[in-house]
Amino acid sequence: MADNTVILDGSGVKRALTRIAHEVLEKNKGVEGLVLVGIRTGGVFLAQELAERLAEIEGVEVPCGAVDITMYRDDIKGHAEHLPVGKTELPFSIQGKKVVLVDDVLFTGRTIRAALDALIDQGRPSCIQLAVLVDRGHRDLPIRADFVGRNVPTSRSENIVVAFDAGNKPTEVILQK
Amino acid sequence: MGFRHKDIIALKDLTREEITLLLDTADSLSEINQRDIKKVPTLRGKTVINLFYEASTRTRTSFEIAAKRLSADAVNITASTSSVVKGETLSDTANNLLAMKPDIIVMRHAVSGAHEYLAKRVSCSVINAGDGAHEHPSQGLLDMLTMRQKFGRLDGLKVAIVGDITHSRVARSDIYGLTTMGSHVFLAGPPTMMPVGIERLGNVTVCKDMREAVDQADVVMMLRIQLERQGKTLLPSMREYSRYFGLNPEVLTLAKKNAIVMHPGPINRGVELASSVADCDQSAILTQVENGVAVRMAMLYHVCGGEPVE
Repeated sequence: MADNTVILDGSGVKRALTRIAHEVLEKNKGVEGLVLVGIRTGGVFLAQELAERLAEIEGVEVPCGAVDITMYRDDIKGHAEHLPVGKTELPFSIQGKKVVLVDDVLFTGRTIRAALDALIDQGRPSCIQLAVLVDRGHRDLPIRADFVGRNVPTSRSENIVVAFDAGNKPTEVILQK
Repeated sequence: MGFRHKDIIALKDLTREEITLLLDTADSLSEINQRDIKKVPTLRGKTVINLFYEASTRTRTSFEIAAKRLSADAVNITASTSSVVKGETLSDTANNLLAMKPDIIVMRHAVSGAHEYLAKRVSCSVINAGDGAHEHPSQGLLDMLTMRQKFGRLDGLKVAIVGDITHSRVARSDIYGLTTMGSHVFLAGPPTMMPVGIERLGNVTVCKDMREAVDQADVVMMLRIQLERQGKTLLPSMREYSRYFGLNPEVLTLAKKNAIVMHPGPINRGVELASSVADCDQSAILTQVENGVAVRMAMLYHVCGGEPVE
């Protein structure tokens, strides 16, 4: 049976997201030209949470979209078990915008690489920043996050799960050994 | 759940879950067709050969666009411009094509079962783009996607299919697909064009009168009368066919208020479909064409990662 350790509980996740929201505002000097794009599926829920935090702090709604990276993965060959293909939903143009890309767990960096390709196909943002709830290391590609909720050193055999409730609110982060 | 088929030959071979997966994928991929840059790198480096032994504009173009939108290299071969006219057999053509290392062969052939024969002989994936009077799975899927988009479900829909059922591969794929997904199919057509025992396929009712089939239907699917083939031998006259089995505004009022009219194309205006019906608000014919690209992208995507089913 898997040995589960809770790394962040509900309030820990909330605090981490609030801190990221403040860091995003500080780095970008406000919300001017800012858009949030979550990577399906966990990243989308976290992007919505961040948008709520930013609205609470600044009183401005930051546009929030979703990017699906299934068609941009680099490992279709030999994969019989395809991931379900989701929709990319960007109800705004990212042309010239400061995009904050949001994901739940940063691991090898391949998902982020695919998301960068998917985003650039939609337009040319002025910059892309990366926000993740957990950075667990083991990068295959030279990618790093601008905003990290929690750094968690892991072994490759371990797994990190971000749990969400029925309303898609993050409840806890679990390390599975 | 994954898609574990190397080939897509017939909707008869697919389960409800597999059809749902293909439709869900197509639904998601349709977003790519709305973008400024209509291309994703998914099948980069893959080669798709469109091998068409029969004339086709819609299906071939649709498969070609689908392959290109997924970044595959698409090569078109039509029988009239290939060595087929020099007498080369399908088996030899397949071996020669295989030597060029394609990943997917999309084939249309006039002989029912030609794809089955090909798929057993080649290592690459084979997609059926229509074989004789057997099946036309991509058309069946795009029809189902169009219906699902309109009604949000396929389960419990009443679908009327009217015309030459015997010779229609579209009808056969629609019947297999729709009944697997829980729709009820009502068929109508001249007795010379209605296969004996087709109601044994399951949720299928054969109607003597077209009005009976259209009555309270959610979808009215009109089939093309193949003027170049059966039109000359199985029907007394086009006028008579049009009178008894053509869809005009008056017959359409029998269907549900929000019913849609579908046709696999090309339309014989004034024969199976009155021009005013073909262009009316209830017509979903151009939506079908639009959905064709997304459905074929989904088929190419799923066979590329699939494995042979033992």
